[in-house]
Amino acid sequence: MLLLAFLATLLLGLVSLFVGVSDVSLPALLTGTADARALEIFAVSRVPRTLALMLAGASMAIAGLVMQMVVRNRFVEPSTAGTSESAALGFLVVTLFAPGWPLMAKMLVAALFALAGTALFLRILRAVPLRDVLLVPLVGIMLGGVIGAVTAFIAYRANLMASLLAWNMGDFSGVIRGRYELLWIGLLCGVLAYVAADRFTVAGMGKDFTTNLGLNYRRVMVLGLVIVSVVSAVVLVSVGSIPFLGLIVPNVVSLMVGDNMRRTVPWVAVGGAGFVLACDIVGRLIRFPYEIPIAVVMGVVGSAVFLYLLLRTPRHAS
Amino acid sequence: MPADAIDRTDTRIRIGRWSRPAIVLWTLSFLALLSIVLFMTLDAKGSWSFVLSFRGKKLLSLVLVAYAVAMSTVLFQTASNNRILTPSIMGFDALYVLIKTSIVFFFGIGALVSIDGQLQFVFELLVMVGFSTLLFRWLFLGQERSLHLLVLVGIVFGILFRSFSQLMQRMLDPGAFNVLQDSLFASFATTDPTLLGISTVIVVLVSLVGWRLMHAYDVLSLGRATAINLGLDYKRTVALILVLVAILVSVSTALVGPVTFFGLLVATLAHSLVGNSKHRYVLPASVLLAVICLVGGQTLLERVFAFDTALSIIIEFLGGVVFIILVLRRSAR
Repeated sequence: MLLLAFLATLLLGLVSLFVGVSDVSLPALLTGTADARALEIFAVSRVPRTLALMLAGASMAIAGLVMQMVVRNRFVEPSTAGTSESAALGFLVVTLFAPGWPLMAKMLVAALFALAGTALFLRILRAVPLRDVLLVPLVGIMLGGVIGAVTAFIAYRANLMASLLAWNMGDFSGVIRGRYELLWIGLLCGVLAYVAADRFTVAGMGKDFTTNLGLNYRRVMVLGLVIVSVVSAVVLVSVGSIPFLGLIVPNVVSLMVGDNMRRTVPWVAVGGAGFVLACDIVGRLIRFPYEIPIAVVMGVVGSAVFLYLLLRTPRHAS
Repeated sequence: MPADAIDRTDTRIRIGRWSRPAIVLWTLSFLALLSIVLFMTLDAKGSWSFVLSFRGKKLLSLVLVAYAVAMSTVLFQTASNNRILTPSIMGFDALYVLIKTSIVFFFGIGALVSIDGQLQFVFELLVMVGFSTLLFRWLFLGQERSLHLLVLVGIVFGILFRSFSQLMQRMLDPGAFNVLQDSLFASFATTDPTLLGISTVIVVLVSLVGWRLMHAYDVLSLGRATAINLGLDYKRTVALILVLVAILVSVSTALVGPVTFFGLLVATLAHSLVGNSKHRYVLPASVLLAVICLVGGQTLLERVFAFDTALSIIIEFLGGVVFIILVLRRSAR
């Protein structure tokens, strides 16, 4: 089954390689008759874009899964917990005060802000004794809104509204060779999450249970939050934020294969990559030859699926 | 002093022969009047007749928006019987933007340019009322749902509407997009003057209906079961209120564009200042507060800090913080 999903994703990747304005065809590439221009476009634009899509999709989906395990709530992900917005704030601050720093350093600052924002979110949650399943994403979205307002205010004063708009709107059309490589760090985080999968599964069962099994609950939490923050920052800095991805893929996967993270991580990774590829291809074809940013397509699909998940069963009614 | 008089929600607290709501209302009226006077006169250079008519139009639209937002929020909270939901949190103004975008998308930009602005506004109002009534009937008059679910569903509906609008806007050709953007983009600093007249008429009409229902609001806020028990036609009243709310939100969104947390901010403040939930006090208090926030805030930012459009950002920030505190307090109880 997993193999099948993997093949389907590869197929989508293949399609993604050959969708575009300039003419690059598979037979010509295979037989070696493609002209130099087509080859160059293939190597500089198409391959990086497809790789970036797969990397961003897989790592964001895994980040969502880790977050859901750590916070123990199905409806959180970086964009419903203030993480993405904090990363944007960090990126804005570093762009303002240290525009000359290399992208890597900027990304790290964004990751630090994301970490702080997520910690604030958890801190606020701890103040709520009675945890309603739906209260958690609600508070997260609002916190994101507040942080977003601060960011907008700074950007407005500094005349950076246009850049802010670009960061908040995930878009792969600007990806070329040399501008996406940071995303490999996201994959690294994904692998790390897979290695530590069992710990997260245990942590997902609660603090007492985890401690009882001899694990350091705090350390697992911190590891999870670091993974989530770094992935959010990396994706934000390289392509802009992609809403709902980390929410939908893990939830659908969990409906299909359950909650053991060791088993679900590969599914989530493949599903995330495939989902992002599909959305991007749709965005590229719907108004060919123009493009619609993936964040817009994802916003429509993602919020519709989220609504379905929310209203699916009446068991949330308290 | 008996123990219950210390309770802050007690309306019997008096200074001399004044009751608390009266003090609050008079103070707020004074402040609102002050901000209006300052807005009209501060920094005025040149001919008074020009200044007064120019600023007068702006003032009228700000006051209209303040009134519409405050009324719609308080009424909506009464109809849905809670203090956290507001029309904008439920994605109401995103719906307006979506309707406007769909008109351009499906009927072409000609529809937006050639048809008379006021006629078009009335048409949009009708569509808006139709859609939102459907949505709210489904959400509120159907099975009982938990409050958190409602809020979350509302927010996500808002995101869905916004994303749909963006998708359609991206698919328009750039010329059409620009015209649409122009008609959608509005802020407290630059309101749309063509709709002032018709908005005033609509708001007055809605208010006439609204004030006639005044006796029902207090009964409604006792909760569904009690309201029905007291002989109120619950479904009819709630449905009517939701229609009024839809109209008011359309007016304010058409004039200044979407502001998510403004209504929540003024309604919450009004409730805690007045100290009881009688609509006879809460409604005027929240309208006055909204006027103070908008007119006073705009004066302060424009004349003192020279910021212009940042007022909506500040309101969003404050409103978001209030919202988080409200939600947390509610569930901590």
